[in-house]
Amino acid sequence: MKDIAGMDELYRDFILDHYRNPRNAGTLEHPDASFEDVNPLCGDKIRMDVSVRDGAVADVRFRGRGCAISQASASLLTEDIKGKSLAEVERLNADDVVANLGINISPARLKCALLGLKVLKHALALEYQPTEEEKAYPDGQPS
Amino acid sequence: MKAAERSLLESPVLAPAPTPFSDTEIARVRSEFPILKERPHGKPLVFLDSAASSQKPIQVIDAMDDYYRRYHANIHRGVYHISELASEAYEEARAKIGRFIGARDAHECIFVRNATEGLNLVAYSWGRHHIQRGDVIVLTEMEHHSNLVPWQILAQEREAELRFVPVTPDGLLDLGGLDDILDSAKLFAFTAVSNTLGTVNPVKHLSARAHAAGAIAVVDGCQAVPRMPVDVADWNCDFMAFSAHKMLGPTGVGMLWGRKELLDAMPPFLSGGGMIKVVNLTSSTYASVPARFEAGTPAIAEAVGFSAAVDYLAALGMERIHQSESRLATIALRRLAEQSNITVYGPPMEQRTGVISLTVGDIHAHDLASILDSEGVCVRAGHHCNQPLMEKLGVPATARASFYVYNTVEEIEVFIAALDKAKRIFKIA
Repeated sequence: MKDIAGMDELYRDFILDHYRNPRNAGTLEHPDASFEDVNPLCGDKIRMDVSVRDGAVADVRFRGRGCAISQASASLLTEDIKGKSLAEVERLNADDVVANLGINISPARLKCALLGLKVLKHALALEYQPTEEEKAYPDGQPS
Repeated sequence: MKAAERSLLESPVLAPAPTPFSDTEIARVRSEFPILKERPHGKPLVFLDSAASSQKPIQVIDAMDDYYRRYHANIHRGVYHISELASEAYEEARAKIGRFIGARDAHECIFVRNATEGLNLVAYSWGRHHIQRGDVIVLTEMEHHSNLVPWQILAQEREAELRFVPVTPDGLLDLGGLDDILDSAKLFAFTAVSNTLGTVNPVKHLSARAHAAGAIAVVDGCQAVPRMPVDVADWNCDFMAFSAHKMLGPTGVGMLWGRKELLDAMPPFLSGGGMIKVVNLTSSTYASVPARFEAGTPAIAEAVGFSAAVDYLAALGMERIHQSESRLATIALRRLAEQSNITVYGPPMEQRTGVISLTVGDIHAHDLASILDSEGVCVRAGHHCNQPLMEKLGVPATARASFYVYNTVEEIEVFIAALDKAKRIFKIA
Protein backbone atom coordinates (compact mmCIF):
# COMPACT_ATOMS: atom_id res chain seq x y z
CA MET A 1 0.00 0.00 0.00
CA LYS A 2 1.19 3.49 -0.84
CA ASP A 3 2.39 5.44 2.14
CA ILE A 4 -0.24 7.98 3.00
CA ALA A 5 0.80 11.23 4.56
CA GLY A 6 0.26 11.62 8.29
CA MET A 7 -2.48 14.06 9.12
CA ASP A 8 -0.15 16.68 10.62
CA GLU A 9 1.89 16.54 7.47
CA LEU A 10 -1.17 16.64 5.22
CA TYR A 11 -2.61 19.71 6.90
CA ARG A 12 0.56 21.77 7.17
CA ASP A 13 0.33 25.38 8.21
CA PHE A 14 0.65 26.75 4.70
CA ILE A 15 -2.20 24.52 3.48
CA LEU A 16 -4.43 25.71 6.30
CA ASP A 17 -3.36 29.26 5.48
CA HIS A 18 -4.35 28.86 1.82
CA TYR A 19 -7.63 27.24 2.93
CA ARG A 20 -8.54 30.08 5.28
CA ASN A 21 -6.98 32.92 3.29
CA PRO A 22 -7.22 31.85 -0.32
CA ARG A 23 -5.05 33.85 -2.74
CA ASN A 24 -6.69 35.38 -5.80
CA ALA A 25 -10.12 34.80 -4.33
CA GLY A 26 -13.11 36.31 -6.11
CA THR A 27 -14.16 36.82 -9.71
CA LEU A 28 -12.98 38.88 -12.69
CA GLU A 29 -15.35 41.41 -14.19
CA HIS A 30 -14.52 40.56 -17.81
CA PRO A 31 -12.77 37.19 -17.87
CA ASP A 32 -11.63 35.79 -21.19
CA ALA A 33 -12.37 32.32 -19.90
CA SER A 34 -14.47 30.99 -17.06
CA PHE A 35 -15.60 27.61 -15.81
CA GLU A 36 -17.15 26.03 -12.74
CA ASP A 37 -17.25 22.41 -11.66
CA VAL A 38 -18.12 20.31 -8.64
CA ASN A 39 -16.83 17.15 -7.07
CA PRO A 40 -20.11 15.51 -6.06
CA LEU A 41 -18.44 13.24 -3.50
CA CYS A 42 -17.99 16.03 -0.99
CA GLY A 43 -19.62 18.97 -2.70
CA ASP A 44 -16.30 20.68 -3.50
CA LYS A 45 -17.02 23.47 -5.93
CA ILE A 46 -14.59 25.72 -7.79
CA ARG A 47 -15.06 28.49 -10.32
CA MET A 48 -12.10 29.97 -12.16
CA ASP A 49 -12.03 33.25 -14.09
CA VAL A 50 -8.98 33.85 -16.28
CA SER A 51 -7.87 36.81 -18.38
CA VAL A 52 -5.36 36.08 -21.12
CA ARG A 53 -2.97 38.55 -22.74
CA ASP A 54 -0.42 37.70 -25.45
CA GLY A 55 -0.97 33.98 -24.95
CA ALA A 56 -0.26 34.11 -21.25
CA VAL A 57 -2.32 34.22 -18.06
CA ALA A 58 -2.62 37.90 -17.17
CA ASP A 59 -4.90 37.46 -14.19
CA VAL A 60 -6.89 34.77 -12.45
CA ARG A 61 -9.50 34.62 -9.70
CA PHE A 62 -11.19 31.66 -8.15
CA ARG A 63 -14.17 31.14 -5.94
CA GLY A 64 -15.12 27.91 -4.27
CA ARG A 65 -16.15 25.95 -1.30
CA GLY A 66 -15.04 22.58 -0.14
CA CYS A 67 -12.31 20.77 1.71
CA ALA A 68 -8.96 22.27 2.67
CA ILE A 69 -7.14 20.21 0.06
CA SER A 70 -9.30 21.33 -2.87
CA GLN A 71 -9.35 25.00 -1.84
CA ALA A 72 -5.68 25.26 -0.89
CA SER A 73 -4.69 23.44 -4.03
CA ALA A 74 -6.73 25.85 -6.19
CA SER A 75 -5.26 28.82 -4.33
CA LEU A 76 -1.70 27.55 -4.88
CA LEU A 77 -2.49 26.97 -8.53
CA THR A 78 -3.64 30.54 -9.09
CA GLU A 79 -0.33 31.79 -7.67
CA ASP A 80 1.56 29.38 -9.85
CA ILE A 81 0.02 30.24 -13.21
CA LYS A 82 0.11 34.04 -13.28
CA GLY A 83 2.31 35.09 -16.16
CA LYS A 84 2.64 31.55 -17.48
CA SER A 85 2.00 30.93 -21.17
CA LEU A 86 -0.99 28.80 -22.08
CA ALA A 87 1.46 26.20 -23.38
CA GLU A 88 3.04 26.07 -19.95
CA VAL A 89 -0.35 25.85 -18.27
CA GLU A 90 -1.29 23.02 -20.61
CA ARG A 91 1.74 21.04 -19.44
CA LEU A 92 0.71 21.27 -15.77
CA ASN A 93 -0.38 17.89 -14.45
CA ALA A 94 -1.25 15.98 -11.30
CA ASP A 95 2.40 15.73 -10.28
CA ASP A 96 2.75 19.51 -10.34
CA VAL A 97 -0.31 19.90 -8.14
CA VAL A 98 0.98 17.35 -5.66
CA ALA A 99 4.42 19.01 -5.75
CA ASN A 100 2.77 22.37 -4.97
CA LEU A 101 1.07 20.81 -1.96
CA GLY A 102 4.39 19.25 -1.01
CA ILE A 103 2.82 16.06 0.34
CA ASN A 104 2.03 12.51 -0.60
CA ILE A 105 -1.72 12.30 -1.05
CA SER A 106 -4.13 9.36 -0.89
CA PRO A 107 -6.04 8.39 -4.05
CA ALA A 108 -9.34 9.38 -2.41
CA ARG A 109 -8.08 12.90 -1.80
CA LEU A 110 -6.25 13.29 -5.12
CA LYS A 111 -9.41 14.29 -6.92
CA CYS A 112 -9.99 17.03 -4.36
CA ALA A 113 -6.48 18.30 -5.07
CA LEU A 114 -6.99 18.15 -8.84
CA LEU A 115 -10.34 19.94 -9.03
CA GLY A 116 -8.74 23.37 -9.45
CA LEU A 117 -6.47 22.24 -12.27
CA LYS A 118 -9.35 20.48 -13.98
CA VAL A 119 -11.54 23.60 -13.83
CA LEU A 120 -8.69 25.80 -15.04
CA LYS A 121 -7.97 23.59 -18.04
CA HIS A 122 -11.65 23.37 -18.93
CA ALA A 123 -11.91 27.15 -18.73
CA LEU A 124 -8.98 27.58 -21.13
CA ALA A 125 -10.09 24.67 -23.34
CA LEU A 126 -6.76 22.98 -22.73
CA GLU A 127 -6.19 19.27 -22.63
CA TYR A 128 -6.57 17.75 -19.19
CA GLN A 129 -5.18 14.28 -18.49
CA PRO A 130 -7.72 12.58 -16.25
CA THR A 131 -6.55 10.15 -13.58
CA GLU A 132 -7.65 6.52 -13.86
CA GLU A 133 -10.47 7.13 -11.40
CA GLU A 134 -11.63 10.23 -13.25
CA LYS A 135 -11.71 8.15 -16.44
CA ALA A 136 -14.02 5.67 -14.72
CA TYR A 137 -16.21 8.39 -13.23
CA PRO A 138 -15.93 11.40 -15.57
CA ASP A 139 -18.65 13.25 -13.64
CA GLY A 140 -17.12 12.49 -10.26
CA GLN A 141 -17.70 9.58 -7.94
CA PRO A 142 -21.44 9.15 -7.49
CA SER A 143 -22.90 9.25 -4.03
CA MET B 1 -52.79 7.61 24.78
CA LYS B 2 -55.52 7.25 27.35
CA ALA B 3 -54.49 6.90 31.01
CA ALA B 4 -56.08 3.45 31.22
CA GLU B 5 -54.08 2.22 28.23
CA ARG B 6 -50.89 3.62 29.69
CA SER B 7 -51.39 1.91 33.02
CA LEU B 8 -52.11 -1.33 31.18
CA LEU B 9 -48.85 -1.02 29.24
CA GLU B 10 -46.98 -0.34 32.44
CA SER B 11 -48.63 -3.21 34.24
CA PRO B 12 -46.03 -5.59 35.75
CA VAL B 13 -47.99 -8.52 34.28
CA LEU B 14 -46.67 -7.59 30.84
CA ALA B 15 -43.10 -8.22 29.75
CA PRO B 16 -40.64 -5.70 31.21
CA ALA B 17 -39.55 -2.80 29.02
CA PRO B 18 -36.74 -3.86 26.69
CA THR B 19 -33.29 -2.96 27.96
CA PRO B 20 -30.22 -1.96 25.97
CA PHE B 21 -27.62 -4.69 25.44
CA SER B 22 -25.22 -5.35 28.29
CA ASP B 23 -21.47 -5.03 27.77
CA THR B 24 -21.26 -8.83 27.72
CA GLU B 25 -23.89 -9.06 25.01
CA ILE B 26 -22.17 -6.42 22.89
CA ALA B 27 -18.85 -8.24 23.35
CA ARG B 28 -20.46 -11.43 22.07
CA VAL B 29 -22.01 -9.62 19.11
CA ARG B 30 -18.66 -8.01 18.28
CA SER B 31 -16.92 -11.39 18.34
CA GLU B 32 -19.29 -12.49 15.57
CA PHE B 33 -18.26 -9.72 13.15
CA PRO B 34 -14.91 -10.77 11.63
CA ILE B 35 -14.23 -7.33 10.15
CA LEU B 36 -14.06 -5.77 13.62
CA LYS B 37 -10.68 -7.46 14.06
CA GLU B 38 -9.24 -5.32 11.25
CA ARG B 39 -6.82 -2.54 12.18
CA PRO B 40 -6.86 0.24 9.57
CA HIS B 41 -3.70 2.38 9.90
CA GLY B 42 -2.78 0.13 12.84
CA LYS B 43 -5.75 1.33 14.90
CA PRO B 44 -8.82 -0.67 16.01
CA LEU B 45 -11.64 -0.31 13.49
CA VAL B 46 -14.32 2.02 14.86
CA PHE B 47 -17.10 1.60 12.34
CA LEU B 48 -19.59 4.47 12.62
CA ASP B 49 -21.04 4.30 9.11
CA SER B 50 -23.71 1.63 9.40
CA ALA B 51 -26.38 3.98 8.07
CA ALA B 52 -24.54 3.74 4.76
CA SER B 53 -23.97 -0.01 4.98
CA SER B 54 -23.67 -2.27 8.00
CA GLN B 55 -21.03 -4.92 8.64
CA LYS B 56 -21.88 -8.64 8.43
CA PRO B 57 -21.88 -11.28 11.16
CA ILE B 58 -20.26 -14.65 10.54
CA GLN B 59 -23.73 -16.25 10.46
CA VAL B 60 -24.60 -14.30 7.30
CA ILE B 61 -21.25 -14.96 5.66
CA ASP B 62 -21.51 -18.67 6.52
CA ALA B 63 -25.08 -18.99 5.22
CA MET B 64 -24.03 -17.68 1.82
CA ASP B 65 -20.88 -19.77 1.80
CA ASP B 66 -22.89 -22.87 2.70
CA TYR B 67 -25.33 -22.19 -0.12
CA TYR B 68 -22.55 -21.93 -2.69
CA ARG B 69 -20.76 -25.00 -1.34
CA ARG B 70 -23.75 -27.30 -0.93
CA TYR B 71 -26.88 -26.41 -2.88
CA HIS B 72 -26.34 -23.74 -5.50
CA ALA B 73 -28.63 -24.17 -8.49
CA ASN B 74 -31.08 -21.99 -10.31
CA ILE B 75 -34.44 -21.76 -8.60
CA HIS B 76 -37.94 -22.66 -9.82
CA ARG B 77 -36.40 -24.35 -12.88
CA GLY B 78 -34.68 -27.61 -12.02
CA VAL B 79 -36.50 -30.70 -10.86
CA TYR B 80 -33.38 -32.06 -9.23
CA HIS B 81 -32.66 -32.13 -5.53
CA ILE B 82 -30.27 -29.19 -5.08
CA SER B 83 -32.47 -26.93 -7.21
CA GLU B 84 -35.36 -27.79 -4.94
CA LEU B 85 -33.21 -27.00 -1.92
CA ALA B 86 -32.25 -23.63 -3.42
CA SER B 87 -35.88 -22.83 -4.34
CA GLU B 88 -37.01 -23.71 -0.82
CA ALA B 89 -34.32 -21.57 0.78
CA TYR B 90 -35.22 -18.64 -1.47
CA GLU B 91 -38.95 -18.88 -0.72
CA GLU B 92 -38.32 -19.42 2.99
CA ALA B 93 -36.22 -16.26 2.95
CA ARG B 94 -39.07 -14.36 1.33
CA ALA B 95 -41.58 -15.56 3.91
CA LYS B 96 -39.28 -14.93 6.86
CA ILE B 97 -38.24 -11.44 5.78
CA GLY B 98 -41.89 -10.68 5.06
CA ARG B 99 -42.95 -11.75 8.57
CA PHE B 100 -40.11 -9.62 9.97
CA ILE B 101 -41.78 -6.47 8.60
CA GLY B 102 -45.32 -7.55 9.41
CA ALA B 103 -46.38 -8.69 5.92
CA ARG B 104 -49.48 -10.89 6.10
CA ASP B 105 -48.72 -12.68 2.84
CA ALA B 106 -45.36 -13.68 1.35
CA HIS B 107 -46.80 -12.97 -2.10
CA GLU B 108 -46.68 -9.30 -1.22
CA CYS B 109 -42.90 -9.47 -0.84
CA ILE B 110 -40.79 -8.89 -3.93
CA PHE B 111 -37.05 -9.42 -3.95
CA VAL B 112 -35.28 -6.49 -5.57
CA ARG B 113 -31.64 -5.42 -5.75
CA ASN B 114 -32.04 -2.74 -3.10
CA ALA B 115 -34.50 -0.13 -1.87
CA THR B 116 -33.63 2.07 -4.84
CA GLU B 117 -34.81 -0.63 -7.24
CA GLY B 118 -37.92 -1.19 -5.12
CA LEU B 119 -38.86 2.49 -5.31
CA ASN B 120 -38.12 2.55 -9.04
CA LEU B 121 -40.36 -0.49 -9.47
CA VAL B 122 -43.23 1.45 -7.91
CA ALA B 123 -42.44 4.58 -9.96
CA TYR B 124 -42.18 2.69 -13.24
CA SER B 125 -44.95 0.15 -12.81
CA TRP B 126 -47.60 1.70 -10.54
CA GLY B 127 -46.54 5.24 -11.47
CA ARG B 128 -46.69 4.91 -15.23
CA HIS B 129 -49.94 2.99 -14.95
CA HIS B 130 -51.69 5.57 -12.75
CA ILE B 131 -50.03 8.99 -12.99
CA GLN B 132 -51.47 11.18 -15.72
CA ARG B 133 -50.82 14.72 -16.87
CA GLY B 134 -51.51 17.21 -14.07
CA ASP B 135 -51.60 14.59 -11.31
CA VAL B 136 -49.95 15.41 -8.01
CA ILE B 137 -47.05 13.48 -6.45
CA VAL B 138 -46.08 14.51 -2.92
CA LEU B 139 -42.61 13.97 -1.43
CA THR B 140 -40.75 15.49 1.51
CA GLU B 141 -37.70 17.74 1.51
CA MET B 142 -35.72 15.12 3.44
CA GLU B 143 -35.84 12.32 0.88
CA HIS B 144 -32.75 10.39 -0.11
CA HIS B 145 -32.08 10.83 -3.83
CA SER B 146 -33.44 7.31 -4.35
CA ASN B 147 -36.89 8.47 -3.24
CA LEU B 148 -36.66 11.73 -5.18
CA VAL B 149 -35.11 11.19 -8.60
CA PRO B 150 -37.47 8.35 -9.75
CA TRP B 151 -40.44 10.63 -9.01
CA GLN B 152 -38.80 13.58 -10.78
CA ILE B 153 -38.38 11.45 -13.88
CA LEU B 154 -41.98 10.20 -13.66
CA ALA B 155 -43.29 13.73 -13.14
CA GLN B 156 -41.33 15.06 -16.11
CA GLU B 157 -42.46 12.22 -18.30
CA ARG B 158 -46.13 12.58 -17.35
CA GLU B 159 -46.17 16.34 -16.80
CA ALA B 160 -47.27 15.67 -13.26
CA GLU B 161 -46.83 18.10 -10.38
CA LEU B 162 -44.31 17.47 -7.58
CA ARG B 163 -45.07 18.93 -4.17
CA PHE B 164 -42.91 18.80 -1.06
CA VAL B 165 -43.63 18.62 2.64
CA PRO B 166 -41.13 21.14 4.06
CA VAL B 167 -38.52 20.44 6.73
CA THR B 168 -38.13 22.68 9.79
CA PRO B 169 -34.69 24.06 10.78
CA ASP B 170 -34.70 21.32 13.46
CA GLY B 171 -34.90 18.68 10.77
CA LEU B 172 -38.49 17.63 11.43
CA LEU B 173 -41.25 17.44 8.85
CA ASP B 174 -43.39 20.57 8.99
CA LEU B 175 -46.82 18.96 9.03
CA GLY B 176 -48.82 22.18 9.47
CA GLY B 177 -49.99 22.37 5.86
CA LEU B 178 -49.91 18.64 5.15
CA ASP B 179 -53.55 18.24 4.14
CA ASP B 180 -53.30 21.19 1.73
CA ILE B 181 -50.15 19.77 0.18
CA LEU B 182 -51.82 16.36 -0.13
CA ASP B 183 -54.98 17.82 -1.64
CA SER B 184 -55.90 15.77 -4.77
CA ALA B 185 -52.56 13.91 -4.65
CA LYS B 186 -52.30 10.40 -6.10
CA LEU B 187 -49.12 9.33 -4.35
CA PHE B 188 -47.21 10.36 -1.23
CA ALA B 189 -43.67 8.96 -0.94
CA PHE B 190 -41.69 9.59 2.23
CA THR B 191 -38.94 8.14 4.33
CA ALA B 192 -39.62 6.55 7.72
CA VAL B 193 -36.26 7.77 9.05
CA SER B 194 -34.00 10.48 7.61
CA ASN B 195 -30.64 9.08 6.57
CA THR B 196 -28.96 12.44 7.16
CA LEU B 197 -30.53 13.74 10.36
CA GLY B 198 -31.89 10.56 11.91
CA THR B 199 -35.36 12.09 12.19
CA VAL B 200 -38.04 9.48 12.87
CA ASN B 201 -41.18 10.38 10.92
CA PRO B 202 -44.73 9.54 12.07
CA VAL B 203 -45.32 6.96 9.33
CA LYS B 204 -48.73 5.80 10.54
CA HIS B 205 -50.02 9.38 10.64
CA LEU B 206 -48.53 10.21 7.22
CA SER B 207 -50.09 7.09 5.68
CA ALA B 208 -53.47 7.97 7.18
CA ARG B 209 -53.30 11.54 5.81
CA ALA B 210 -52.29 10.19 2.39
CA HIS B 211 -55.26 7.82 2.35
CA ALA B 212 -57.63 10.55 3.53
CA ALA B 213 -56.52 12.57 0.49
CA GLY B 214 -57.01 9.58 -1.81
CA ALA B 215 -53.28 9.01 -2.33
CA ILE B 216 -51.27 5.84 -1.84
CA ALA B 217 -48.46 5.88 0.73
CA VAL B 218 -44.98 4.74 -0.37
CA VAL B 219 -42.46 4.37 2.44
CA ASP B 220 -38.68 4.31 2.15
CA GLY B 221 -37.91 1.93 5.00
CA CYS B 222 -34.15 1.77 4.40
CA GLN B 223 -33.11 3.37 7.69
CA ALA B 224 -36.07 2.20 9.77
CA VAL B 225 -36.16 -1.57 9.17
CA PRO B 226 -32.56 -2.13 10.40
CA ARG B 227 -33.04 -0.29 13.67
CA MET B 228 -36.60 -0.46 14.98
CA PRO B 229 -39.59 -2.80 14.98
CA VAL B 230 -41.47 -2.30 11.71
CA ASP B 231 -44.98 -3.52 10.98
CA VAL B 232 -46.38 -2.54 7.59
CA ALA B 233 -49.87 -3.54 8.74
CA ASP B 234 -49.66 -1.08 11.63
CA TRP B 235 -48.12 1.61 9.42
CA ASN B 236 -50.99 0.93 7.01
CA CYS B 237 -48.88 2.04 4.06
CA ASP B 238 -49.18 0.71 0.50
CA PHE B 239 -45.55 0.08 -0.46
CA MET B 240 -42.39 -0.16 1.62
CA ALA B 241 -38.86 -0.70 0.32
CA PHE B 242 -35.67 -1.62 2.20
CA SER B 243 -32.15 -2.97 1.57
CA ALA B 244 -30.46 -6.01 3.13
CA HIS B 245 -26.99 -4.48 3.27
CA LYS B 246 -28.00 -1.89 5.86
CA MET B 247 -29.32 -4.60 8.20
CA LEU B 248 -26.39 -7.03 8.46
CA GLY B 249 -27.23 -8.69 5.15
CA PRO B 250 -25.34 -8.78 1.85
CA THR B 251 -25.31 -6.15 -0.89
CA GLY B 252 -27.34 -6.77 -4.03
CA VAL B 253 -30.65 -7.72 -2.44
CA GLY B 254 -33.55 -5.88 -0.87
CA MET B 255 -37.29 -6.11 -0.68
CA LEU B 256 -40.31 -4.24 -1.86
CA TRP B 257 -43.44 -4.99 0.11
CA GLY B 258 -46.69 -3.93 -1.54
CA ARG B 259 -50.38 -4.33 -0.92
CA LYS B 260 -51.52 -7.42 -2.82
CA GLU B 261 -54.43 -5.79 -4.63
CA LEU B 262 -52.15 -3.02 -5.92
CA LEU B 263 -49.41 -5.42 -7.00
CA ASP B 264 -51.93 -7.71 -8.72
CA ALA B 265 -53.09 -4.83 -10.92
CA MET B 266 -49.60 -3.62 -11.86
CA PRO B 267 -47.84 -4.27 -15.17
CA PRO B 268 -44.31 -5.76 -15.17
CA PHE B 269 -41.31 -3.50 -14.56
CA LEU B 270 -38.37 -5.59 -15.81
CA SER B 271 -39.24 -8.44 -18.13
CA GLY B 272 -37.75 -11.71 -19.33
CA GLY B 273 -37.45 -15.20 -17.90
CA GLY B 274 -39.16 -16.16 -14.69
CA MET B 275 -41.89 -13.54 -14.87
CA ILE B 276 -43.99 -15.05 -17.65
CA LYS B 277 -46.86 -17.51 -17.89
CA VAL B 278 -47.11 -18.18 -21.65
CA VAL B 279 -44.79 -16.68 -24.27
CA ASN B 280 -45.62 -16.40 -27.96
CA LEU B 281 -43.41 -14.75 -30.56
CA THR B 282 -45.37 -11.53 -30.50
CA SER B 283 -46.93 -11.45 -27.06
CA SER B 284 -46.83 -13.00 -23.60
CA THR B 285 -48.90 -13.36 -20.49
CA TYR B 286 -47.32 -12.70 -17.15
CA ALA B 287 -46.89 -14.65 -13.98
CA SER B 288 -48.76 -13.61 -10.87
CA VAL B 289 -46.99 -11.69 -8.10
CA PRO B 290 -44.34 -11.85 -6.80
CA ALA B 291 -42.81 -13.73 -9.78
CA ARG B 292 -44.14 -11.08 -12.19
CA PHE B 293 -41.66 -8.61 -10.69
CA GLU B 294 -38.66 -10.92 -10.45
CA ALA B 295 -37.43 -11.27 -14.02
CA GLY B 296 -34.25 -13.25 -14.54
CA THR B 297 -32.23 -15.30 -12.10
CA PRO B 298 -32.43 -13.47 -8.80
CA ALA B 299 -29.76 -12.95 -6.12
CA ILE B 300 -30.26 -16.37 -4.51
CA ALA B 301 -27.19 -16.47 -2.28
CA GLU B 302 -27.95 -12.92 -1.21
CA ALA B 303 -31.55 -13.84 -0.33
CA VAL B 304 -30.15 -16.67 1.81
CA GLY B 305 -27.78 -14.22 3.50
CA PHE B 306 -30.61 -11.71 3.95
CA SER B 307 -32.62 -14.43 5.69
CA ALA B 308 -29.72 -15.19 8.06
CA ALA B 309 -29.41 -11.46 8.81
CA VAL B 310 -33.09 -11.32 9.77
CA ASP B 311 -32.59 -14.34 12.05
CA TYR B 312 -29.70 -12.55 13.69
CA LEU B 313 -31.66 -9.32 14.20
CA ALA B 314 -34.75 -11.14 15.44
CA ALA B 315 -32.66 -13.06 18.00
CA LEU B 316 -31.26 -9.77 19.32
CA GLY B 317 -34.74 -8.25 19.30
CA MET B 318 -35.60 -5.12 17.33
CA GLU B 319 -36.88 -3.22 20.35
CA ARG B 320 -33.60 -3.87 22.18
CA ILE B 321 -31.60 -2.87 19.10
CA HIS B 322 -33.54 0.38 19.03
CA GLN B 323 -32.95 0.92 22.76
CA SER B 324 -29.23 0.21 22.47
CA GLU B 325 -28.79 2.52 19.53
CA SER B 326 -30.74 5.28 21.28
CA ARG B 327 -28.58 4.84 24.34
CA LEU B 328 -25.38 5.24 22.32
CA ALA B 329 -26.78 8.24 20.46
CA THR B 330 -27.88 9.87 23.71
CA ILE B 331 -24.42 9.43 25.21
CA ALA B 332 -22.76 10.66 22.00
CA LEU B 333 -24.99 13.74 21.82
CA ARG B 334 -24.25 14.54 25.45
CA ARG B 335 -20.49 14.14 24.96
CA LEU B 336 -20.60 16.21 21.76
CA ALA B 337 -22.51 18.98 23.55
CA GLU B 338 -19.63 19.17 26.07
CA GLN B 339 -17.12 19.88 23.29
CA SER B 340 -16.38 23.30 21.85
CA ASN B 341 -16.88 24.25 18.20
CA ILE B 342 -19.06 21.29 17.31
CA THR B 343 -22.42 21.79 15.63
CA VAL B 344 -24.88 18.89 15.62
CA TYR B 345 -27.77 18.94 13.15
CA GLY B 346 -31.17 17.36 13.47
CA PRO B 347 -33.96 16.99 16.00
CA PRO B 348 -33.80 16.25 19.74
CA MET B 349 -33.12 12.66 20.79
CA GLU B 350 -36.79 11.77 21.33
CA GLN B 351 -37.42 12.19 17.61
CA ARG B 352 -34.28 10.65 16.17
CA THR B 353 -32.32 7.42 15.79
CA GLY B 354 -28.61 6.79 16.17
CA VAL B 355 -27.61 8.97 13.24
CA ILE B 356 -25.65 12.12 14.07
CA SER B 357 -24.68 14.72 11.46
CA LEU B 358 -22.16 17.30 12.58
CA THR B 359 -19.59 19.87 11.60
CA VAL B 360 -16.50 20.97 13.54
CA GLY B 361 -15.49 24.64 13.35
CA ASP B 362 -14.55 25.54 9.79
CA ILE B 363 -13.21 22.06 9.05
CA HIS B 364 -14.77 20.69 5.90
CA ALA B 365 -16.49 17.34 6.47
CA HIS B 366 -14.17 15.67 3.99
CA ASP B 367 -11.08 16.81 5.89
CA LEU B 368 -12.71 15.77 9.14
CA ALA B 369 -13.45 12.28 7.80
CA SER B 370 -9.83 11.94 6.61
CA ILE B 371 -8.50 12.81 10.06
CA LEU B 372 -11.01 10.48 11.76
CA ASP B 373 -9.91 7.74 9.37
CA SER B 374 -6.32 8.19 10.49
CA GLU B 375 -7.59 7.12 13.94
CA GLY B 376 -9.48 4.13 12.54
CA VAL B 377 -12.85 5.89 12.81
CA CYS B 378 -15.12 5.47 9.77
CA VAL B 379 -17.76 8.15 9.22
CA ARG B 380 -19.58 9.31 6.15
CA ALA B 381 -18.74 12.77 4.84
CA GLY B 382 -20.65 14.70 2.26
CA HIS B 383 -24.21 15.42 1.36
CA HIS B 384 -25.48 11.88 2.13
CA CYS B 385 -27.47 11.65 -1.14
CA ASN B 386 -29.52 14.49 0.25
CA GLN B 387 -28.44 17.62 -1.63
CA PRO B 388 -31.68 19.64 -1.39
CA LEU B 389 -31.83 19.12 2.39
CA MET B 390 -28.21 20.22 2.79
CA GLU B 391 -28.94 23.34 0.74
CA LYS B 392 -31.86 24.05 3.04
CA LEU B 393 -29.65 23.64 6.13
CA GLY B 394 -27.09 25.92 4.50
CA VAL B 395 -24.34 23.36 5.03
CA PRO B 396 -22.07 22.26 2.16
CA ALA B 397 -21.35 18.89 3.74
CA THR B 398 -21.50 17.20 7.15
CA ALA B 399 -19.76 14.29 8.78
CA ARG B 400 -22.25 11.64 9.81
CA ALA B 401 -21.69 9.09 12.55
CA SER B 402 -24.20 6.27 12.86
CA PHE B 403 -24.40 3.54 15.48
CA TYR B 404 -25.49 -0.07 15.25
CA VAL B 405 -25.57 -3.33 17.19
CA TYR B 406 -21.79 -3.69 17.46
CA ASN B 407 -20.88 -0.19 18.63
CA THR B 408 -19.76 0.57 22.18
CA VAL B 409 -19.56 3.50 24.56
CA GLU B 410 -15.75 3.20 24.38
CA GLU B 411 -15.93 3.81 20.64
CA ILE B 412 -17.74 7.09 21.30
CA GLU B 413 -14.69 8.16 23.31
CA VAL B 414 -12.37 7.20 20.44
CA PHE B 415 -14.61 9.26 18.16
CA ILE B 416 -14.48 12.27 20.51
CA ALA B 417 -10.69 11.97 20.83
CA ALA B 418 -10.40 11.84 17.03
CA LEU B 419 -12.53 15.00 16.77
CA ASP B 420 -10.08 16.61 19.22
CA LYS B 421 -7.22 15.59 16.97
CA ALA B 422 -8.97 17.26 14.03
CA LYS B 423 -9.40 20.44 16.05
CA ARG B 424 -5.75 20.37 17.05
CA ILE B 425 -4.58 19.92 13.46
CA PHE B 426 -6.84 22.73 12.28
CA LYS B 427 -5.77 24.84 15.26
CA ILE B 428 -9.29 25.23 16.59
CA ALA B 429 -9.77 25.60 20.33
